[in-house]
Amino acid sequence: MEQGAPEQQPGPLGESLGGLDPDPVAAGDVESVGIGSGPEVRLAGSGDFMTTEGNFWSKKIEISVSEAEKRTGRNAMNMQETYTAYLIETRSVEPSDGQSVLTDSLWRRYSEFELLRNYLLVFYPHIVVPPLPEKRAEFVWHKLSADNMDPDFVERRRIGLENFLLRVASHSVLSEDKIFYLFLTQENNWKETVNETGFQLKADSRLKALNATFRVKNPDKRFTELKHYGDELQSVISHLLRVRARVADRLYGVYKVHGNYGRVFSEWSAIEKEMGDGLQSAGHHMDVYAASIDDILEEEEHYADQLKEYLFYAEALRAVCRKHELMQYDLEMAAQDLASKKQQCEELATGTVRTFSLKGMTSKLFGQETPEQREARIKVLEEQISEGEEQLKCKNLEGREFVKAAWADIERFKEQKNHDLKEALISYAVMQISMCKKGIQVWTNAKECFSKM
Amino acid sequence: MSAGGVGTPKSLPSSGPKSLQDMPHPLAGPSSEDIAGGELTPSPDLQLPRSIADKDLSLPNGGTPAGTSSPASSSSLLNRLQLDDDLDGETRDLFVTVEDPKKHVCTMETYITYRVTTKTSRIEFDLPEYSIRRRYQDFDWLRNKLEESQPTHLIPPLPEKFVVKGVVDRFSEEFVETRRKALDKFLKRIADHPVLSFNEHFNVFLTAKDLNAYKKQGMALLSKVGESVKYVTGGYKLRSRPLEFAAMGEYLDTFALKLGTIDRIAQRIIKEEVEYLVELREYGPVYSTWGGLEMELEEPLEGVSACIGNCCTALEDLTDDMTEDFLPVLREYILYSESMKNVLKKRDQVQGEYEAKLEAIALKKEERPKVPAEVEKCQDRVECFNADLKADMERWQNNKRQDFRQLLMGMADKNIQYYEKQRIEARSSDSTNFPVEIITSY
Repeated sequence: MEQGAPEQQPGPLGESLGGLDPDPVAAGDVESVGIGSGPEVRLAGSGDFMTTEGNFWSKKIEISVSEAEKRTGRNAMNMQETYTAYLIETRSVEPSDGQSVLTDSLWRRYSEFELLRNYLLVFYPHIVVPPLPEKRAEFVWHKLSADNMDPDFVERRRIGLENFLLRVASHSVLSEDKIFYLFLTQENNWKETVNETGFQLKADSRLKALNATFRVKNPDKRFTELKHYGDELQSVISHLLRVRARVADRLYGVYKVHGNYGRVFSEWSAIEKEMGDGLQSAGHHMDVYAASIDDILEEEEHYADQLKEYLFYAEALRAVCRKHELMQYDLEMAAQDLASKKQQCEELATGTVRTFSLKGMTSKLFGQETPEQREARIKVLEEQISEGEEQLKCKNLEGREFVKAAWADIERFKEQKNHDLKEALISYAVMQISMCKKGIQVWTNAKECFSKM
Repeated sequence: MSAGGVGTPKSLPSSGPKSLQDMPHPLAGPSSEDIAGGELTPSPDLQLPRSIADKDLSLPNGGTPAGTSSPASSSSLLNRLQLDDDLDGETRDLFVTVEDPKKHVCTMETYITYRVTTKTSRIEFDLPEYSIRRRYQDFDWLRNKLEESQPTHLIPPLPEKFVVKGVVDRFSEEFVETRRKALDKFLKRIADHPVLSFNEHFNVFLTAKDLNAYKKQGMALLSKVGESVKYVTGGYKLRSRPLEFAAMGEYLDTFALKLGTIDRIAQRIIKEEVEYLVELREYGPVYSTWGGLEMELEEPLEGVSACIGNCCTALEDLTDDMTEDFLPVLREYILYSESMKNVLKKRDQVQGEYEAKLEAIALKKEERPKVPAEVEKCQDRVECFNADLKADMERWQNNKRQDFRQLLMGMADKNIQYYEKQRIEARSSDSTNFPVEIITSY
């Protein structure tokens, strides 16, 4: 199937992302992979869901999660529940004049986003899939609510969901996925459509993945290092966010207590003659100071959200590494299996028994098998060996393709991460400087009031 | 006691220059002799020392008798007036500083002494300069003596006497420095006072090499002489308190309350800032740890870490300053208010005594010829007290305004510096780690 050049969508930060280099061989073979090699990997947006050539977006699109609404409904257990629905609007942009026209608009809830992401994880295991904003509020400090229905939380989630969609839409591979397309365009029965892909069945079992991690012998060193990096990154950002929340809490306290000065200065000024005015107006500035912390910390919360995204990205990174380990382990197992079958065959053919075999033992106990029986067994083994060799070749190829594709996306991700985090850190530093400026301003004003006492 | 001898002229209490207008001229009234009362009749001899105020008079070192205070005024009062005018005209002739704390370790105890330096052109002092060492006990003694001998005046407060052991280290640099500043303030306030600065005990405190000898002598003399003035602390009911004193009393109540609240707020802020500091100390290094994981991001991460570290230093300075400079002054003023209220009470009692005696006369008409003298003595006491106190209250209000102006401006300044330090550091470190165009715009 001909693959049109994927259109480069600008990322959330306006950068252009490196695309993948789809191997035409793999694209065609994807469907026909046999047993035990995992779900078909959509290396490039190929597969049975393509209806049009190239991608679904004929023009540049703009996506926004513009509203959030509280809803009540009945869940799977037929119990009433309250949830928030988000309005997703898609606009296509005329290349000629840049005008955008609303093409689609529908409501989705968080669980549907989760479904989309889980689907993407299964069908694109070589991609570092963008994460969703957190399911439950974590790293909260006292003023922040841990309640999912809290308007501030909902607002921050809305922004996070929009960010997620933009990241997917700007990814050269993911943006071409049909299910993603339908997520944005088909309000009804989208869930059923996703489930029909059978992705849940194709998902690797956790246990299998864990097993692979411990038993794989020769994983690609780069992936091992990357996984280690992912672990460390997760750990350090978690720590950072936890401490930052405590810092925010304390800073809030410092500022707010100053508000008490406002009141007492006012009361004190009532009994003073000459000092009264100065005290009163200084008190007002203390109130301003105390109030200023709210905006400061709200801005900081956005910074924290940027860090959180990469905390969750670290998990996506680790998922790709785990997939590699799993594939590698599979390969090693298959190779091992093939080697043992070959050896068995050789032993049967030559009559030498080098290794222990149940058959060998039983034949010793119950008598040798007939030459006809042995021939039959050799033939079966030879067939199995032949099949095994084919499988091994496929697995090897798959493995190599996976490594190539995954590493390309990882490189893309690294650049994105460095760019985004650098910007986040810069904006944080700027926030700090701005906070200092505000502080200087308020205290200078207060000092002037005091000087007039 | 050398009544007519060549001794240091006693510094007799005088009222402030303004209130003199309210008083009958001491030499004018017929009963001025009686008013004086007791042994300390001012004599014209006292004029002498002033004209021979030269240094060739050999004076016993620290042997001046304890001065007592009677509300009587002498002819030298007029001279005192002129001196006061000079003081008001901002020509000071007495400078006192407290500095150079040193620790003394003895077998019985360990204590701190401070060097008290005096520079003066006053005739009451034999030398133009003195430098002696005193310990807190001595300051405490001085204050008690001043309260005894100048009961109609407001005596400045001392820093707190008792320190809870274990909570505060009385030999720590910060504690000693805070105390030194307060003691310095104490002496300066006295030195600036038109009446208190001429007090004998103050003079001795500033000049005597062996203060303890003087203290003992003073005690002995006192027991011989006896308190010439003892204010009866009877429960006299006051008929009507003059408005200004009633107002002052109410003012002081509210004032002390508000200061107490400010003290608590300031303490709370310091506590929150310290806890903030604890968290910051953990926060900064995490960025560094992260930087160790990264390549391209290492610099900006280190930059943020350094910024935070810098904030910690600046914050520490701020909390130290507030603890050492701001809180003690607040507490001092609370103590000041308390002692002032006590003086107000004493004044009430004096007035009460007078009114009671007045009432008693009204009932016993036949004793009229004798009693008036006693009653007039009481009246004088009341009027002197009122005059002294009123003048002192005005001084106090003025000084209070200046002190608080300075204190609060200082507090604002420290906070400004706290933010400035951070901003300067942030700009310089950020400019090495972040794109210059973004940072320099701030």
